[in-house]
Amino acid sequence: MIDIIQGSTYAADIDNLILLMGVLVGFWFFAAEIMFFWLIWKFRAKEGQKSQYLDGTENHVKKWITWPHGLVLVCDVFIVIFSIMVWTNVKQQLPVADSTIRITGQQWAWTFQHPGLDNELDTADDIFKVGELHIEVDKNYHFKLESRDVLHSFSVPIFRIKQDAVPGRSITGWFNATVTGEYDIQCAEICGIGHGVMGARISIGDANQHAAWVAANSVSTTP
Amino acid sequence: MSDTAVALQHDEHDAHAGHHGPQGILKYLWSTDHKVIAMQYLFTGMFMAVIGGFMAYVFRMQLAFPGISVPGFGQVSPGEYNALVTNHGTIMIFWVAMPVLVAAFGNYLIPLMIGADDMVFPRINRLSYQIFLLSALVLLGSLFVQGGGFGGAWTSYPPLSAVGAYNQTQLGSSLWLIAVALEFVAFLLGGINFITTLMNSRAPGMKAYDIPLVAWMIVIASILFMLSVGPLIAGAVMLLFDQTLGTGFYDPARGGDPILWQHLFWFFGHPEVYVVLLPAIGITIDIIATFARKKVFGYKMMLYTTVATGVLSFFVWAHHQFVAGIDPRMANVFTVTTLLISVPIAELLFVIIATLYGGSIRLTTPMLWALAFMAEFLIGGVTGIFLGASGADIYFHDTYFVLAHFHYTFFPIAIIGSFAAFTYWFPKMFGKMMDERLGKIHFWGTVIPFNFIFIPLFVLGMGGQHRRIYNYQHFPELASAEMYNLREIATYALLVMLTFQLVFFFNCIKSWMNGKAAGRNPWQSNTLEWTTESPPPHGNWPVDEMPNVYRGPYEYAHPDREEDYWPQNEPS
Amino acid sequence: MKPIATTRSATGVPTGRLAVWWLLASEVVIFGGLLGSYLMMRLGHPEWADAAMHTNTWIGATNTFVLLTSSFTAVLAHQAAEKGDGKKAAGLLVLTIGGALTFLAIKSFEWYTEISHGYTITANNFWSFYYTAAGLHALHVIAGAIIMGFVAWDAFRGRELQRVELIGIYWHFVDVVWIFLFPLLYIAK
Repeated sequence: MIDIIQGSTYAADIDNLILLMGVLVGFWFFAAEIMFFWLIWKFRAKEGQKSQYLDGTENHVKKWITWPHGLVLVCDVFIVIFSIMVWTNVKQQLPVADSTIRITGQQWAWTFQHPGLDNELDTADDIFKVGELHIEVDKNYHFKLESRDVLHSFSVPIFRIKQDAVPGRSITGWFNATVTGEYDIQCAEICGIGHGVMGARISIGDANQHAAWVAANSVSTTP
Repeated sequence: MSDTAVALQHDEHDAHAGHHGPQGILKYLWSTDHKVIAMQYLFTGMFMAVIGGFMAYVFRMQLAFPGISVPGFGQVSPGEYNALVTNHGTIMIFWVAMPVLVAAFGNYLIPLMIGADDMVFPRINRLSYQIFLLSALVLLGSLFVQGGGFGGAWTSYPPLSAVGAYNQTQLGSSLWLIAVALEFVAFLLGGINFITTLMNSRAPGMKAYDIPLVAWMIVIASILFMLSVGPLIAGAVMLLFDQTLGTGFYDPARGGDPILWQHLFWFFGHPEVYVVLLPAIGITIDIIATFARKKVFGYKMMLYTTVATGVLSFFVWAHHQFVAGIDPRMANVFTVTTLLISVPIAELLFVIIATLYGGSIRLTTPMLWALAFMAEFLIGGVTGIFLGASGADIYFHDTYFVLAHFHYTFFPIAIIGSFAAFTYWFPKMFGKMMDERLGKIHFWGTVIPFNFIFIPLFVLGMGGQHRRIYNYQHFPELASAEMYNLREIATYALLVMLTFQLVFFFNCIKSWMNGKAAGRNPWQSNTLEWTTESPPPHGNWPVDEMPNVYRGPYEYAHPDREEDYWPQNEPS
Repeated sequence: MKPIATTRSATGVPTGRLAVWWLLASEVVIFGGLLGSYLMMRLGHPEWADAAMHTNTWIGATNTFVLLTSSFTAVLAHQAAEKGDGKKAAGLLVLTIGGALTFLAIKSFEWYTEISHGYTITANNFWSFYYTAAGLHALHVIAGAIIMGFVAWDAFRGRELQRVELIGIYWHFVDVVWIFLFPLLYIAK
């Protein structure tokens, strides 16, 4: 398996949901496959032995369908509940923003508009970067995601976040990074021949590093 | 006798008394015989599978060895890569899975299995194939026009697909769309034939529950198709107008909505996967019944569960759009419905497994394929759960996890299911037995490598590898040696698997030329197609020997009988 | 030489009629998808009412009357066919085709006028839907009229009289689609 770090406050939730499904689904999968192969072996054709005539009403076989049936339903309910909890946290309930950024996708690059020293978006000291997003660790960020042309999708694997960018809309999402360093940003919706080169990088710094970056870039950048 | 007499205006003397089909080469080009039309669909589908397989070979070579000059193709540019993955998917679904599973085997089997001499509308049947052939030619043509083939993925989302300046394949995009639309029309027409024939033209004595499940499945699939494709046809007309007339149905700047297309597409797209799944399940269960010598455990349960699945399939579509920008509250609804649909599908699989219980199982080549369908499809099915859960789909959407999931469903359906059907009904279609040893070599040489292609892709997907990218070297987290090893394993496995297909072609030709004579019923099966000659004559049975039906299709090992099978047409 | 399969009817319903109903089912979903999309977009864009003001309700109403009348003649044709009177059925079908042609002529005049006023298919999304929906409907009118011509030709010679009913069923469907189009495109202002 490939290890991919948990880089946001909700990454572990998503991973745990996946793990829960892995356990439940894995159990059913192995049970079914083992039963399947065992039956093939046990009831392989033998000289002189006729097969049984069963029409589907026999309880001793039917119970092997009805009980698993019910248990599968119960497992599904668990998964649904857990999934809705994770989904609501990531996509429906936005925590109060410490900072807001605007992300604009276009054929074929990401432009990131960071608030400047005043921590307000759409003011004169905003920092525009193409292909690089700079944020501070352990802060709640809202992002306003937009597109200039076709559908794109903002994806940061270590955060586990993904959100399509739709032209004509500004879609808000959030994340809170828990690790520092530089990581991949992807475009996760096919957007033309440059889709494969539309990566970007997210730089997550601690409070000092981020403050220094903002100070260095805030005045000199113009859109 | 249950043959209901209805006053109809045509002359019954017309019906086949002394009539022969067209002769010579015309027999193959212009015939209205359902068996000939079935062969036409089958061979066209097989040809398109070779094309789709070649495309996979090219892009997998590029993925494992970026920048390589692929033998037989050359270097793959980003635009060509997109066109290859787009048309690979489109071809495999619309020009392989559907024509082989639905049109070919539906056409071949339905009249034979219900004891009829042909479909009720043979000329419309011929027209369906002709429109289908035209659609295939348009699709292939779209690859060679100026600008190249359409590269916006088989899902064709606007605005990318709607505006030539965005996709840079203006002509190819429209031809692609027209090809798909023509294919839809062909299958709508074909479906009307299948449904009406099954409903009305059954042999005297054949009640609804005496119909073999594969025939039911193909007809239910046709109904699903007919009821789900309409909105997409409407959407496709709108997309075509955006592409060619400059309308703004999907242009947000003019009040249009790109998400509208997604809804129209997936409202069809989801039932579509059941349109191809159902025939594969029907083929599997019929083969298992024959080679386990067992009555299907729960015929009615299978039928009702299938209908329930079909109905539910109309309520799950937006699980393809969880992160697309739909109202987040909708996502919760669709997670519930999507996970709910796993229940009837699990039921279907449990019934099939239960049919093995108490059987006397012969592992012939068709049986191996049918069993492999179950074992492999189960992987596809359970991995769907991860994607139906919206919370997890946030991460998995548009990764190779999705791709591996749908190949673990589509490959068993379209490839394993087709080989199962082909090896099972080859003796009936061509009058000769296939070579069992070659059949088994082909089987293992296909199924084992298949797993080595797609398990690495699951792992890559879990590692965050996203889709439709021609070169992962631009993404440091995806360019590790470990990941490239996995890509190489998948590519080598594909090469092995493709090579083993030569065994299949060789087997086909060898068996057709010198296979052992099959006789009428080499598998000792109960259903009506096995009561006539192999291959059946025009009209299927002599006019005065059309079968009557006295029992269901799966009366194997009946206690009142010495033989372990009881054909449907034998009087009690 | 029709197959024996055509002569059977396990459901009791004649095969041709069964087939036409299934055809209509698939057509309902096509038009349903188109009109459903139109409805959703219209509800989201109240400003489309400005464009909708410029459709001509009187012409739309006239065409509604024309189509309804042609459905009536189709019914009469069916009655004649039931009695075995192929020549009368054919004549009434020709009248129905006449209704179709009248409908198309009026529509051509209507569209010509609208286009010359600048209300083209690309003028705005209301007009895009207008021409697409009415155009798809008109295509079905044309196809229906052509098939009806063949059925009338056969009926005149006393052949395949059961098809008069079938083309009539299809024709009523074309009518019903228009009954939905008319309020959506002309009355909703």
